[in-house]
Amino acid sequence: MILLVDLCGKAGSLSLHEFVEPVAGIVRRNGFSGQVRHHLRLTGADLSAAERIILCGTPLRDNAFAARPASFSWLQEARVPVLGICAGMQAVALAFGGALIPSQEIGMTEIRCTSPDPLLEGHDRFSAYELHGAGVVPPESFLVLAESDRCIQAIRHQDLPLYGILFHPEVRNEWVVERFLTLPWRTC
Amino acid sequence: MRLGVLFSGGKDSAYACWRAMQHEEVACLISVVSRNEESYMFHTPNIRWVPLQAEAADLPLVQGETEGREEAELGDLRQAIRLAMDRHGIEGVVSGALQSVYQASRIQRICAGMDLWCFNPLWHADPHRYLQDLITRGFRVVIAGVFSRPFDASWLGRGMDRETLRELEGIARTHRLTLTGEGGEYETFVLDAPFFRRRIVVQEATPEFRNDRGVYRIARAALGEK
Repeated sequence: MILLVDLCGKAGSLSLHEFVEPVAGIVRRNGFSGQVRHHLRLTGADLSAAERIILCGTPLRDNAFAARPASFSWLQEARVPVLGICAGMQAVALAFGGALIPSQEIGMTEIRCTSPDPLLEGHDRFSAYELHGAGVVPPESFLVLAESDRCIQAIRHQDLPLYGILFHPEVRNEWVVERFLTLPWRTC
Repeated sequence: MRLGVLFSGGKDSAYACWRAMQHEEVACLISVVSRNEESYMFHTPNIRWVPLQAEAADLPLVQGETEGREEAELGDLRQAIRLAMDRHGIEGVVSGALQSVYQASRIQRICAGMDLWCFNPLWHADPHRYLQDLITRGFRVVIAGVFSRPFDASWLGRGMDRETLRELEGIARTHRLTLTGEGGEYETFVLDAPFFRRRIVVQEATPEFRNDRGVYRIARAALGEK
């Protein structure tokens, strides 16, 4: 089961249709079963049952998740692959001691890969859709995988299968989610 | 949260409005009438009937105008949204953007610049599921314009039902068109929706078709009981 975590300020919000369902659609179309949970309603059972976890984005003005870093402390124990998208990347960074810096980008941006990694392999440069009000200062335990002119665009934990991407792959870069779903990874 | 819905009279903005109503309070509809038939953002056939749709839905309408020049029309949209903020106290805007990064990113930028929330509840929705849901939930939608082969005059004024959806799916496959008309292949007009208190009754309409393009031009319409 792929666990899709909704980071919006409240559960079942109007933004669920915009930020969670498109990612859930990619999961479904690739033959996986997906389960959506709001980040404040996650249970141990949800996390135990998940084969992979995707933290979805939020609207530009919805940053309530960033004021609750403790609600993402479970990420430090996660031993299955995790992909944080936009707000999800911010949550991953905050959970490991990183920081957010104001940086608004809306629309298409050129991404450059800076370190090789199976997630983005074969796509040294590509255009991606951005919708964020902050970039991240990655935690020390994370590698930078890709950048744009203004922001760090992709990070990965040095030892764990934890990824963060700032762009929205559900728009024009579905391959990133598809690749994440099938990345080989052993369960610890 | 009080929201204003960018409303063109077609299926996408009407469905987005209905979705917004399931979560928040829709305080008004906002429409911008373009005098340029090639407008990137706003031109739709029968936009002059949006006031009747607003009346059918019992919602206030804030209407702006634009010459329809590519970037200047964004200023006109900003002005209409500002009016909606002043008159109806909206805190956010809803659009029916489906796949267009051009449209969505412009609306996002306008909202960000005005400290407004921006919602696109149809964003990258599965086209088949969306249209099926539209029909199931009782939206009554007609094809109001066709702008691409293989659509011909017979499509003008045709209702969006399961048979139409089945044919559209065939055309989308064989002609590589979008199922939803997102590529501008066809436009729609909503006669009834779950949130309409009354429905639109078309009393007189003319199909106009030439050179692979056509419009179902509504000349007279009125409100009827549901």
